[in-house]
Amino acid sequence: MNTQIVFILLSIMAIGSAVAMLLSKSPVKSILWLILVFFAISGNYFLLNAQFLGIVNLIVYAGAIMVLFLFVVMLMNLNADAEQAKNYRLQFIGVISGGCLLLILLSFLMASKTPQPVLMKVGESGLINKLGLTLFHDYVLPFEISSVLFLSAMVGVVVISKK
Amino acid sequence: MTTVLLNIDLALVLEKFALILIVVMGSLGVAMYATWGERKFAALLQDRRGPSKAGPFGLLQPLADGLKLFFKEEIIPNFSSKFLFILGPGLAMLTAVMTSAVVPWGDKVHLFDRDISLQIADINIGILYVFGVVSLGVYGIMIGSWASNNKFSLLGGLRAASQIISYELAMGISLIALLMITGTLSLKEIVEQQQTGAWGGFWGWNFWKQPLGFLIFLICAFAECNRAPFDLAEAENELIGGYHTEYSSMKLGFYLFAEYINMFISSVIISTLFFGGYDIPFFNEAAHADWGNWLALLGVGALMTKAILFILFFMWVRWTIPRFRYDQLMHLGWKILIPLALFNMLATGGAILYFFNK
Repeated sequence: MNTQIVFILLSIMAIGSAVAMLLSKSPVKSILWLILVFFAISGNYFLLNAQFLGIVNLIVYAGAIMVLFLFVVMLMNLNADAEQAKNYRLQFIGVISGGCLLLILLSFLMASKTPQPVLMKVGESGLINKLGLTLFHDYVLPFEISSVLFLSAMVGVVVISKK
Repeated sequence: MTTVLLNIDLALVLEKFALILIVVMGSLGVAMYATWGERKFAALLQDRRGPSKAGPFGLLQPLADGLKLFFKEEIIPNFSSKFLFILGPGLAMLTAVMTSAVVPWGDKVHLFDRDISLQIADINIGILYVFGVVSLGVYGIMIGSWASNNKFSLLGGLRAASQIISYELAMGISLIALLMITGTLSLKEIVEQQQTGAWGGFWGWNFWKQPLGFLIFLICAFAECNRAPFDLAEAENELIGGYHTEYSSMKLGFYLFAEYINMFISSVIISTLFFGGYDIPFFNEAAHADWGNWLALLGVGALMTKAILFILFFMWVRWTIPRFRYDQLMHLGWKILIPLALFNMLATGGAILYFFNK
Protein backbone atom coordinates (compact mmCIF):
# COMPACT_ATOMS: atom_id res chain seq x y z
CA MET A 1 0.00 0.00 0.00
CA ASN A 2 2.70 2.44 1.03
CA THR A 3 4.89 1.64 -1.90
CA GLN A 4 1.89 1.94 -4.19
CA ILE A 5 1.29 5.51 -3.00
CA VAL A 6 4.94 6.33 -3.62
CA PHE A 7 4.72 4.68 -7.03
CA ILE A 8 1.69 6.76 -8.00
CA LEU A 9 3.36 9.96 -6.81
CA LEU A 10 6.52 9.13 -8.77
CA SER A 11 4.49 8.32 -11.87
CA ILE A 12 2.62 11.62 -11.65
CA MET A 13 5.96 13.35 -11.27
CA ALA A 14 7.45 11.52 -14.25
CA ILE A 15 4.52 12.09 -16.59
CA GLY A 16 3.91 15.65 -15.42
CA SER A 17 7.56 16.62 -15.88
CA ALA A 18 7.66 14.94 -19.28
CA VAL A 19 4.61 16.92 -20.43
CA ALA A 20 6.08 20.11 -18.99
CA MET A 21 9.31 19.36 -20.87
CA LEU A 22 7.41 19.16 -24.14
CA LEU A 23 5.37 22.28 -23.46
CA SER A 24 8.02 24.64 -22.15
CA LYS A 25 9.19 27.21 -24.68
CA SER A 26 12.75 27.69 -23.49
CA PRO A 27 15.17 24.82 -24.26
CA VAL A 28 17.00 25.28 -20.95
CA LYS A 29 13.77 24.81 -19.01
CA SER A 30 12.98 21.73 -21.11
CA ILE A 31 16.27 20.21 -20.01
CA LEU A 32 15.56 20.99 -16.37
CA TRP A 33 12.17 19.25 -16.66
CA LEU A 34 13.88 16.28 -18.30
CA ILE A 35 16.21 16.04 -15.29
CA LEU A 36 13.14 15.80 -13.07
CA VAL A 37 11.86 12.95 -15.27
CA PHE A 38 15.12 11.09 -14.65
CA PHE A 39 14.73 11.62 -10.92
CA ALA A 40 11.24 10.13 -11.02
CA ILE A 41 12.46 7.13 -13.03
CA SER A 42 15.32 6.59 -10.58
CA GLY A 43 12.77 6.70 -7.78
CA ASN A 44 10.89 3.88 -9.50
CA TYR A 45 14.11 1.87 -9.73
CA PHE A 46 14.60 2.30 -5.98
CA LEU A 47 11.06 1.05 -5.40
CA LEU A 48 11.86 -2.05 -7.44
CA ASN A 49 14.85 -2.66 -5.17
CA ALA A 50 17.24 -1.88 -8.03
CA GLN A 51 19.31 0.61 -6.09
CA PHE A 52 22.40 0.32 -8.23
CA LEU A 53 20.46 0.92 -11.46
CA GLY A 54 18.70 3.88 -9.88
CA ILE A 55 21.83 5.63 -8.72
CA VAL A 56 23.71 4.91 -11.94
CA ASN A 57 20.78 6.35 -13.88
CA LEU A 58 21.17 9.51 -11.80
CA ILE A 59 24.95 9.68 -12.15
CA VAL A 60 25.07 9.02 -15.88
CA TYR A 61 21.93 10.74 -17.17
CA ALA A 62 21.14 13.49 -14.67
CA GLY A 63 24.72 14.04 -13.61
CA ALA A 64 26.70 13.83 -16.83
CA ILE A 65 24.67 13.71 -20.03
CA MET A 66 22.19 16.40 -19.03
CA VAL A 67 25.04 18.66 -17.90
CA LEU A 68 26.50 18.36 -21.40
CA PHE A 69 23.08 19.07 -22.94
CA LEU A 70 22.74 22.15 -20.74
CA PHE A 71 26.26 23.14 -21.68
CA VAL A 72 25.53 23.02 -25.42
CA VAL A 73 22.15 24.75 -25.17
CA MET A 74 23.55 27.53 -23.01
CA LEU A 75 26.37 28.13 -25.48
CA MET A 76 24.09 28.14 -28.52
CA ASN A 77 21.77 30.57 -26.76
CA LEU A 78 18.60 29.22 -28.40
CA ASN A 79 15.55 31.41 -28.08
CA ALA A 80 11.92 30.56 -28.54
CA ASP A 81 11.50 33.47 -30.99
CA ALA A 82 14.33 32.37 -33.22
CA GLU A 83 12.81 28.95 -33.76
CA GLN A 84 10.92 28.82 -37.01
CA ALA A 85 7.37 27.49 -37.03
CA LYS A 86 6.99 23.90 -38.14
CA ASN A 87 5.03 23.53 -41.31
CA TYR A 88 1.48 22.27 -41.16
CA ARG A 89 2.06 19.01 -43.03
CA LEU A 90 4.89 17.96 -40.69
CA GLN A 91 2.72 18.58 -37.65
CA PHE A 92 -0.03 16.45 -39.18
CA ILE A 93 2.37 13.57 -39.83
CA GLY A 94 3.72 13.87 -36.31
CA VAL A 95 0.25 13.62 -34.77
CA ILE A 96 -0.59 10.52 -36.83
CA SER A 97 2.64 8.64 -36.08
CA GLY A 98 2.48 9.56 -32.39
CA GLY A 99 -1.13 8.39 -32.25
CA CYS A 100 -0.18 5.06 -33.86
CA LEU A 101 2.49 4.49 -31.22
CA LEU A 102 0.00 5.27 -28.47
CA LEU A 103 -2.49 2.81 -29.98
CA ILE A 104 0.09 0.02 -30.12
CA LEU A 105 1.15 0.59 -26.52
CA LEU A 106 -2.44 0.77 -25.34
CA SER A 107 -3.43 -2.45 -27.13
CA PHE A 108 -0.51 -4.27 -25.49
CA LEU A 109 -1.41 -2.90 -22.08
CA MET A 110 -5.03 -3.99 -22.51
CA ALA A 111 -3.96 -7.46 -23.61
CA SER A 112 -1.64 -8.05 -20.66
CA LYS A 113 -3.25 -10.34 -18.10
CA THR A 114 -1.44 -9.35 -14.91
CA PRO A 115 -3.58 -7.13 -12.71
CA GLN A 116 -0.51 -5.71 -11.00
CA PRO A 117 2.34 -5.44 -13.49
CA VAL A 118 4.97 -4.24 -11.01
CA LEU A 119 5.95 -6.02 -7.83
CA MET A 120 7.60 -3.68 -5.39
CA LYS A 121 10.77 -4.26 -3.44
CA VAL A 122 11.25 -7.88 -4.41
CA GLY A 123 13.98 -9.54 -6.38
CA GLU A 124 17.67 -8.85 -6.27
CA SER A 125 18.41 -8.45 -9.94
CA GLY A 126 19.13 -4.74 -9.53
CA LEU A 127 21.52 -5.06 -6.59
CA ILE A 128 25.17 -4.57 -7.39
CA ASN A 129 26.31 -8.02 -6.29
CA LYS A 130 23.81 -9.87 -8.47
CA LEU A 131 24.30 -7.47 -11.36
CA GLY A 132 28.07 -7.88 -11.24
CA LEU A 133 27.80 -11.67 -11.30
CA THR A 134 25.37 -11.53 -14.20
CA LEU A 135 27.46 -9.16 -16.27
CA PHE A 136 30.93 -10.49 -15.57
CA HIS A 137 30.17 -14.18 -15.17
CA ASP A 138 27.12 -15.24 -17.15
CA TYR A 139 27.34 -12.74 -19.99
CA VAL A 140 31.02 -11.83 -20.19
CA LEU A 141 31.32 -12.07 -23.95
CA PRO A 142 28.35 -9.85 -24.93
CA PHE A 143 29.41 -7.38 -22.25
CA GLU A 144 32.98 -7.18 -23.55
CA ILE A 145 31.81 -6.89 -27.15
CA SER A 146 29.50 -4.01 -26.31
CA SER A 147 32.33 -2.31 -24.45
CA VAL A 148 34.48 -2.60 -27.58
CA LEU A 149 31.60 -0.94 -29.44
CA PHE A 150 31.75 1.95 -26.97
CA LEU A 151 35.50 2.17 -27.42
CA SER A 152 35.13 2.40 -31.18
CA ALA A 153 32.57 5.18 -30.73
CA MET A 154 35.03 7.07 -28.53
CA VAL A 155 37.82 6.65 -31.05
CA GLY A 156 35.44 7.85 -33.76
CA VAL A 157 34.63 11.00 -31.78
CA VAL A 158 38.32 11.79 -31.34
CA VAL A 159 38.98 11.25 -35.06
CA ILE A 160 36.08 13.50 -36.10
CA SER A 161 36.99 16.26 -33.66
CA LYS A 162 40.60 16.28 -34.86
CA LYS A 163 39.57 16.99 -38.46
CA MET B 1 15.29 1.47 2.18
CA THR B 2 11.90 1.06 3.80
CA THR B 3 9.31 3.62 2.93
CA VAL B 4 6.87 3.87 5.77
CA LEU B 5 3.99 6.22 5.16
CA LEU B 6 0.81 4.92 6.70
CA ASN B 7 1.88 2.53 9.44
CA ILE B 8 4.39 5.01 10.72
CA ASP B 9 7.08 3.93 13.13
CA LEU B 10 6.91 7.17 15.08
CA ALA B 11 10.00 6.62 17.21
CA LEU B 12 12.09 5.90 14.11
CA VAL B 13 10.80 9.00 12.36
CA LEU B 14 11.54 11.17 15.40
CA GLU B 15 14.98 9.59 15.76
CA LYS B 16 15.89 10.20 12.14
CA PHE B 17 14.43 13.70 12.22
CA ALA B 18 16.52 14.60 15.26
CA LEU B 19 19.59 13.10 13.63
CA ILE B 20 19.04 15.02 10.38
CA LEU B 21 18.52 18.23 12.35
CA ILE B 22 21.73 17.71 14.31
CA VAL B 23 23.78 16.77 11.24
CA VAL B 24 22.55 19.67 9.10
CA MET B 25 22.88 22.19 11.92
CA GLY B 26 26.30 20.76 12.75
CA SER B 27 27.49 21.09 9.15
CA LEU B 28 26.17 24.65 9.00
CA GLY B 29 27.93 25.46 12.26
CA VAL B 30 31.22 23.95 11.12
CA ALA B 31 30.94 25.76 7.78
CA MET B 32 30.24 29.01 9.62
CA TYR B 33 33.36 28.71 11.72
CA ALA B 34 35.32 27.48 8.71
CA THR B 35 34.85 30.97 7.24
CA TRP B 36 36.32 32.40 10.44
CA GLY B 37 39.08 29.80 10.39
CA GLU B 38 39.86 30.56 6.77
CA ARG B 39 40.37 34.26 7.54
CA LYS B 40 42.45 33.54 10.62
CA PHE B 41 44.55 31.04 8.70
CA ALA B 42 45.06 33.44 5.80
CA ALA B 43 46.07 36.09 8.31
CA LEU B 44 48.56 33.72 9.91
CA LEU B 45 50.16 32.88 6.57
CA GLN B 46 50.25 36.52 5.48
CA ASP B 47 51.50 37.87 8.81
CA ARG B 48 48.29 39.74 9.62
CA ARG B 49 45.91 39.50 12.55
CA GLY B 50 42.67 38.60 10.75
CA PRO B 51 39.25 39.28 12.28
CA SER B 52 39.85 40.42 15.85
CA LYS B 53 37.25 43.06 16.70
CA ALA B 54 33.97 41.13 16.98
CA GLY B 55 34.11 39.21 20.24
CA PRO B 56 37.20 37.45 21.68
CA PHE B 57 39.58 36.43 18.84
CA GLY B 58 36.93 37.71 16.43
CA LEU B 59 34.79 34.67 17.20
CA LEU B 60 31.56 36.55 16.51
CA GLN B 61 32.73 37.53 13.03
CA PRO B 62 30.69 34.80 11.19
CA LEU B 63 27.50 36.04 12.89
CA ALA B 64 28.29 39.61 11.87
CA ASP B 65 28.97 38.46 8.31
CA GLY B 66 25.69 36.55 8.17
CA LEU B 67 23.71 39.51 9.49
CA LYS B 68 25.38 41.81 6.98
CA LEU B 69 24.48 39.49 4.10
CA PHE B 70 20.87 39.23 5.26
CA PHE B 71 20.42 42.99 5.47
CA LYS B 72 22.01 43.77 2.11
CA GLU B 73 19.77 44.91 -0.70
CA GLU B 74 18.63 42.08 -2.93
CA ILE B 75 19.07 42.71 -6.65
CA ILE B 76 17.61 40.44 -9.31
CA PRO B 77 18.87 41.44 -12.75
CA ASN B 78 16.40 42.45 -15.40
CA PHE B 79 15.77 40.01 -18.30
CA SER B 80 16.87 37.03 -16.23
CA SER B 81 14.65 34.13 -15.34
CA LYS B 82 13.69 35.04 -11.79
CA PHE B 83 12.72 31.53 -10.71
CA LEU B 84 15.95 29.95 -11.98
CA PHE B 85 17.96 32.83 -10.55
CA ILE B 86 16.64 32.01 -7.09
CA LEU B 87 16.80 28.24 -7.68
CA GLY B 88 20.56 28.35 -8.38
CA PRO B 89 21.88 29.11 -4.87
CA GLY B 90 19.14 26.94 -3.37
CA LEU B 91 20.31 23.95 -5.39
CA ALA B 92 23.94 24.62 -4.51
CA MET B 93 23.02 24.57 -0.83
CA LEU B 94 20.78 21.50 -1.17
CA THR B 95 23.35 19.34 -2.90
CA ALA B 96 26.00 20.47 -0.42
CA VAL B 97 23.96 19.31 2.57
CA MET B 98 22.49 16.16 0.98
CA THR B 99 25.76 14.22 0.96
CA SER B 100 25.88 14.07 4.75
CA ALA B 101 22.98 11.57 4.77
CA VAL B 102 25.14 8.49 4.20
CA VAL B 103 28.15 9.43 6.33
CA PRO B 104 28.56 7.23 9.42
CA TRP B 105 29.23 9.86 12.06
CA GLY B 106 29.82 7.33 14.79
CA ASP B 107 28.94 3.96 16.21
CA LYS B 108 25.62 3.14 17.89
CA VAL B 109 24.36 5.22 20.81
CA HIS B 110 22.01 3.71 23.38
CA LEU B 111 19.33 6.24 24.36
CA PHE B 112 15.75 5.81 25.65
CA ASP B 113 16.01 2.00 25.37
CA ARG B 114 16.85 2.26 21.69
CA ASP B 115 20.02 1.59 19.74
CA ILE B 116 20.45 4.69 17.63
CA SER B 117 22.89 4.38 14.76
CA LEU B 118 24.69 7.68 14.19
CA GLN B 119 24.13 7.46 10.46
CA ILE B 120 21.05 8.82 8.78
CA ALA B 121 20.80 6.15 6.09
CA ASP B 122 22.97 3.06 5.82
CA ILE B 123 22.24 2.27 2.17
CA ASN B 124 24.22 -0.40 0.39
CA ILE B 125 25.24 2.01 -2.38
CA GLY B 126 26.70 4.64 -0.01
CA ILE B 127 29.68 5.71 -2.10
CA LEU B 128 27.67 5.84 -5.31
CA TYR B 129 25.12 8.05 -3.55
CA VAL B 130 27.89 10.47 -2.62
CA PHE B 131 29.15 10.33 -6.17
CA GLY B 132 25.67 10.98 -7.59
CA VAL B 133 25.05 13.99 -5.37
CA VAL B 134 28.47 15.40 -6.23
CA SER B 135 27.70 15.07 -9.93
CA LEU B 136 24.43 16.93 -9.38
CA GLY B 137 26.26 19.68 -7.52
CA VAL B 138 27.19 21.41 -10.75
CA TYR B 139 23.57 22.34 -11.50
CA GLY B 140 23.43 25.01 -8.81
CA ILE B 141 26.35 26.83 -10.41
CA MET B 142 25.25 26.27 -14.02
CA ILE B 143 21.62 27.31 -13.52
CA GLY B 144 22.58 30.34 -11.46
CA SER B 145 25.19 31.46 -13.96
CA TRP B 146 22.84 31.07 -16.91
CA ALA B 147 19.93 32.82 -15.20
CA SER B 148 22.17 35.78 -14.38
CA ASN B 149 22.12 36.75 -18.08
CA ASN B 150 25.71 37.90 -17.86
CA LYS B 151 28.58 36.79 -20.07
CA PHE B 152 31.08 36.58 -17.25
CA SER B 153 28.71 34.56 -15.11
CA LEU B 154 28.05 32.17 -17.98
CA LEU B 155 31.78 31.75 -18.62
CA GLY B 156 32.29 30.97 -14.95
CA GLY B 157 29.46 28.45 -15.01
CA LEU B 158 30.80 26.71 -18.10
CA ARG B 159 34.26 26.52 -16.57
CA ALA B 160 32.81 24.99 -13.42
CA ALA B 161 30.78 22.43 -15.38
CA SER B 162 33.62 21.22 -17.59
CA GLN B 163 36.00 21.13 -14.64
CA ILE B 164 33.66 19.08 -12.48
CA ILE B 165 32.86 16.63 -15.28
CA SER B 166 36.55 16.15 -16.09
CA TYR B 167 37.63 15.52 -12.52
CA GLU B 168 34.68 13.25 -11.77
CA LEU B 169 36.23 10.63 -14.08
CA ALA B 170 39.54 10.42 -12.26
CA MET B 171 37.70 10.49 -8.93
CA GLY B 172 35.47 7.60 -9.96
CA ILE B 173 38.37 5.47 -11.17
CA SER B 174 40.38 6.11 -7.99
CA LEU B 175 37.31 5.04 -6.01
CA ILE B 176 37.03 1.80 -8.01
CA ALA B 177 40.50 0.79 -6.83
CA LEU B 178 39.41 1.42 -3.24
CA LEU B 179 36.20 -0.56 -3.74
CA MET B 180 38.16 -3.53 -5.08
CA ILE B 181 39.91 -3.72 -1.71
CA THR B 182 36.89 -3.13 0.51
CA GLY B 183 34.46 -5.20 -1.55
CA THR B 184 31.51 -3.13 -0.34
CA LEU B 185 29.87 0.18 -1.21
CA SER B 186 28.45 0.83 2.26
CA LEU B 187 30.40 3.53 4.09
CA LYS B 188 29.59 1.96 7.45
CA GLU B 189 31.12 -1.36 6.44
CA ILE B 190 34.17 0.39 5.04
CA VAL B 191 34.76 2.06 8.41
CA GLU B 192 34.22 -1.19 10.31
CA GLN B 193 36.77 -2.95 8.10
CA GLN B 194 39.34 -0.27 8.85
CA GLN B 195 38.88 -0.60 12.61
CA THR B 196 40.45 -4.04 12.61
CA GLY B 197 44.16 -3.53 12.21
CA ALA B 198 47.35 -3.34 14.24
CA TRP B 199 47.77 -0.42 16.68
CA GLY B 200 44.08 0.07 17.30
CA GLY B 201 43.13 0.14 13.67
CA PHE B 202 45.82 2.64 12.67
CA TRP B 203 47.53 0.31 10.22
CA GLY B 204 44.17 -0.89 8.94
CA TRP B 205 43.34 2.48 7.42
CA ASN B 206 42.80 2.37 3.70
CA PHE B 207 45.37 5.13 3.26
CA TRP B 208 48.16 2.57 3.72
CA LYS B 209 46.66 0.33 1.04
CA GLN B 210 45.77 3.08 -1.40
CA PRO B 211 48.22 6.00 -1.09
CA LEU B 212 48.07 6.84 -4.79
CA GLY B 213 44.30 6.51 -4.84
CA PHE B 214 44.10 8.85 -1.88
CA LEU B 215 46.26 11.46 -3.61
CA ILE B 216 44.12 11.35 -6.76
CA PHE B 217 40.92 11.49 -4.72
CA LEU B 218 42.23 14.46 -2.74
CA ILE B 219 43.16 16.46 -5.85
CA CYS B 220 39.79 15.69 -7.41
CA ALA B 221 38.04 16.74 -4.20
CA PHE B 222 39.74 20.13 -4.47
CA ALA B 223 38.49 20.44 -8.05
CA GLU B 224 34.96 19.30 -7.19
CA CYS B 225 34.71 21.85 -4.38
CA ASN B 226 35.91 24.63 -6.71
CA ARG B 227 38.61 25.41 -4.20
CA ALA B 228 41.93 27.04 -4.97
CA PRO B 229 44.11 26.17 -6.87
CA PHE B 230 41.16 25.04 -9.03
CA ASP B 231 38.81 27.96 -8.37
CA LEU B 232 38.72 29.04 -12.01
CA ALA B 233 34.95 29.43 -11.94
CA GLU B 234 35.37 32.52 -9.79
CA ALA B 235 38.70 33.82 -11.06
CA GLU B 236 38.12 37.45 -10.16
CA ASN B 237 40.86 38.93 -12.33
CA GLU B 238 39.41 37.33 -15.48
CA LEU B 239 35.69 37.01 -14.79
CA ILE B 240 34.87 39.86 -12.35
CA GLY B 241 33.28 37.57 -9.76
CA GLY B 242 32.79 34.39 -11.73
CA TYR B 243 29.46 32.62 -11.70
CA HIS B 244 28.06 34.71 -8.85
CA THR B 245 28.84 38.13 -10.34
CA GLU B 246 25.18 39.16 -10.41
CA TYR B 247 24.29 37.79 -7.00
CA SER B 248 23.88 39.93 -3.93
CA SER B 249 22.61 39.60 -0.39
CA MET B 250 22.04 36.15 1.10
CA LYS B 251 21.86 34.46 -2.32
CA LEU B 252 25.54 35.28 -2.74
CA GLY B 253 25.96 34.14 0.84
CA PHE B 254 24.43 30.76 -0.03
CA TYR B 255 26.90 30.22 -2.87
CA LEU B 256 29.87 31.13 -0.69
CA PHE B 257 28.51 29.10 2.21
CA ALA B 258 27.82 26.04 0.05
CA GLU B 259 31.53 26.00 -0.79
CA TYR B 260 32.42 25.72 2.89
CA ILE B 261 29.84 23.00 3.50
CA ASN B 262 31.20 21.10 0.49
CA MET B 263 34.67 21.44 1.93
CA PHE B 264 33.55 20.09 5.30
CA ILE B 265 31.62 17.18 3.80
CA SER B 266 34.43 16.20 1.45
CA SER B 267 36.85 16.31 4.38
CA VAL B 268 34.53 13.96 6.24
CA ILE B 269 34.24 11.66 3.21
CA ILE B 270 38.02 11.56 2.77
CA SER B 271 38.45 10.76 6.47
CA THR B 272 35.82 8.04 6.23
CA LEU B 273 37.17 6.40 3.09
CA PHE B 274 40.90 6.59 3.73
CA PHE B 275 41.50 7.46 7.39
CA GLY B 276 39.26 5.13 9.32
CA GLY B 277 36.21 7.36 9.82
CA TYR B 278 35.22 7.31 13.49
CA ASP B 279 38.04 4.92 14.34
CA ILE B 280 40.25 6.29 17.14
CA PRO B 281 43.91 5.59 16.27
CA PHE B 282 46.11 3.69 18.75
CA PHE B 283 43.01 2.66 20.72
CA ASN B 284 41.25 -0.67 20.71
CA GLU B 285 37.51 0.05 20.59
CA ALA B 286 36.46 -3.57 20.96
CA ALA B 287 38.27 -3.85 24.33
CA HIS B 288 36.42 -0.86 25.75
CA ALA B 289 32.90 -1.75 24.64
CA ASP B 290 31.67 -1.17 28.23
CA TRP B 291 32.19 2.58 27.80
CA GLY B 292 28.95 2.57 25.80
CA ASN B 293 27.76 5.98 24.70
CA TRP B 294 31.00 7.72 25.64
CA LEU B 295 32.93 5.50 23.25
CA ALA B 296 30.56 6.42 20.42
CA LEU B 297 30.92 10.11 21.25
CA LEU B 298 34.72 9.75 21.32
CA GLY B 299 34.43 8.20 17.85
CA VAL B 300 32.45 11.21 16.64
CA GLY B 301 35.16 13.40 18.13
CA ALA B 302 37.85 11.44 16.27
CA LEU B 303 36.01 11.84 12.97
CA MET B 304 35.53 15.56 13.54
CA THR B 305 39.22 15.98 14.44
CA LYS B 306 40.25 14.28 11.20
CA ALA B 307 37.77 16.38 9.22
CA ILE B 308 38.99 19.62 10.77
CA LEU B 309 42.59 18.70 9.99
CA PHE B 310 41.58 18.21 6.37
CA ILE B 311 39.74 21.54 6.34
CA LEU B 312 42.92 23.19 7.59
CA PHE B 313 44.80 21.40 4.82
CA PHE B 314 42.32 22.78 2.25
CA MET B 315 43.00 26.27 3.60
CA TRP B 316 46.75 25.79 3.71
CA VAL B 317 46.74 24.80 0.03
CA ARG B 318 44.50 27.74 -0.89
CA TRP B 319 46.89 30.29 0.59
CA THR B 320 50.02 28.56 -0.71
CA ILE B 321 49.49 27.44 -4.30
CA PRO B 322 48.52 29.96 -7.00
CA ARG B 323 45.58 29.34 -9.29
CA PHE B 324 46.05 27.09 -12.32
CA ARG B 325 45.60 28.31 -15.87
CA TYR B 326 42.63 26.70 -17.58
CA ASP B 327 44.63 24.59 -20.04
CA GLN B 328 46.89 23.46 -17.19
CA LEU B 329 43.79 22.37 -15.28
CA MET B 330 42.51 20.31 -18.20
CA HIS B 331 45.99 18.90 -18.84
CA LEU B 332 46.29 17.80 -15.22
CA GLY B 333 42.84 16.25 -15.21
CA TRP B 334 42.85 14.35 -18.48
CA LYS B 335 46.50 13.59 -19.18
CA ILE B 336 47.90 13.02 -15.71
CA LEU B 337 45.20 12.10 -13.20
CA ILE B 338 43.13 9.77 -15.38
CA PRO B 339 46.11 7.65 -16.60
CA LEU B 340 47.44 7.58 -13.02
CA ALA B 341 44.06 6.47 -11.72
CA LEU B 342 43.84 3.78 -14.41
CA PHE B 343 47.33 2.57 -13.52
CA ASN B 344 46.36 2.52 -9.85
CA MET B 345 43.26 0.50 -10.64
CA LEU B 346 45.19 -2.06 -12.71
CA ALA B 347 47.98 -2.31 -10.11
CA THR B 348 45.44 -2.83 -7.33
CA GLY B 349 43.64 -5.49 -9.32
CA GLY B 350 46.91 -7.23 -10.13
CA ALA B 351 48.03 -7.15 -6.50
CA ILE B 352 44.74 -8.58 -5.28
CA LEU B 353 44.91 -11.36 -7.87
CA TYR B 354 48.56 -12.16 -7.19
CA PHE B 355 48.71 -11.96 -3.39
CA PHE B 356 45.23 -12.86 -2.27
CA ASN B 357 43.84 -14.66 -5.30
CA LYS B 358 40.30 -13.65 -4.49
